[in-house]
Amino acid sequence: MATRGFFGKRPSEGESDRLPPGQYLTEDFPVLSAGPTPRVDMEKWSFTLKDGVRPVARWSWDEFTKLPHVKLTRDIHCVTKWSKFNTAWSGVMIDDILAEAGIAPPTAFTLAHSFDGYTTNVPTADLVDGKAMIATAYEGKPITPDHGGPARLLVPHLYFWKSAKWVNGLQFTKRDEGGFWELRGYNMYGDPWREQRFTGD
Amino acid sequence: MDGSAQPKRLLWQEAVIEAVHVETPTVKSFRLRPDIWTGFTAGQHVDIRLTAPDGYQAQRSYSIGSAPNTSGTIELAIEALPDGEVSPFFHDVADVGDRIELRGPIGGHFIWDQPLGGPILLVAGGSGLVPLMSILRHRAAVAPDIPAVLVVSARRYDDLIWREELLRRADEDANLKVIVTLTREQARPGLRFGRIDMKLMDDALAGGRPALTYICGSTPFVEAAADLVLAAGVPFETVRTERYGGAKG
Repeated sequence: MATRGFFGKRPSEGESDRLPPGQYLTEDFPVLSAGPTPRVDMEKWSFTLKDGVRPVARWSWDEFTKLPHVKLTRDIHCVTKWSKFNTAWSGVMIDDILAEAGIAPPTAFTLAHSFDGYTTNVPTADLVDGKAMIATAYEGKPITPDHGGPARLLVPHLYFWKSAKWVNGLQFTKRDEGGFWELRGYNMYGDPWREQRFTGD
Repeated sequence: MDGSAQPKRLLWQEAVIEAVHVETPTVKSFRLRPDIWTGFTAGQHVDIRLTAPDGYQAQRSYSIGSAPNTSGTIELAIEALPDGEVSPFFHDVADVGDRIELRGPIGGHFIWDQPLGGPILLVAGGSGLVPLMSILRHRAAVAPDIPAVLVVSARRYDDLIWREELLRRADEDANLKVIVTLTREQARPGLRFGRIDMKLMDDALAGGRPALTYICGSTPFVEAAADLVLAAGVPFETVRTERYGGAKG
């Protein structure tokens, strides 16, 4: 149905091709989190890979910074409707983390964990083959705490709540286990191009 | 109840605008009656979708300010944003009788209902008051014995959304404390002046530590408020936040 008197501010042609349905382009970088911004103590920072409940590899911050870092520039899409183009990150690809740990992904599902207790689920296939990283820098600078620093998951092809802030580990799970928002009505997969915002979308 | 507030699938539906009120120089409230509405939990929001004649659509999220009740309507309070796309439609075009599309209710975390208990601390910056007003109104209706403190920061006296109702509730409700601070206008009797600070937060917490804290507003406001609440000793895991993101409302 057309809304009486609504004409809209549509994006330019080059922009609209890159905007998933229902999204609008923003230049700033909004912050969305379920709680306060945690201040993560670098001395206590660690990143752990788990196969089920069993830890299989763990890095301190010093060890993590020595892993191969690469750059990744991508458009990102938040379920709250904003999208931001050409966000420039650097960090460690999940492929490289698995290689350093000397393992192949043991299961098809992954649950990302964060220092604040946040979790989000992502199919393992969406984390490998160059699709995702643990980002430690944004626009050439350490990621600020409000944007998830010191390290956040970056899965740019899914809605941005999947890119867990303050990440401290990835856990491979046998089943697809819903994370924080997924248990609160948000989509288990979250593909912006199929507008999978909520359960059942 | 956390996690159970969502239906299996959220369908788009139409709603009719039943009433429009000018609340402040920049905020109008809209009473909407969705065709099919099964209620919501205080603190939740809806997604609004507008469609241009050529099919172009824009979507935005707006918090519900009314209390959940059986009247089948919801009240949204929408701030006009200068370069906005959807908020100018609501301010300059939308009128009683117009039909718009929405879906919801949405949100399973920034919510409150009686079983979650209290005391509760609500901290609002500007239009961040909207979902907190829903919680405040709901508490007054179903659990007025639960102690509540509301901190509201607004630019000026005239920017306070639902001002008369807030001041009346503060007067009448023995278990409710309302602290208003104005950031761009000198203090009026009973109101504070300046940005939220530790002194204000000490005052807000003087009656005891809240079991749950809800903070809503712009990102800088929420960051500042959350830092103050945590510095005052409120446990991290009891603080829920909602930050208004994106400048194109």
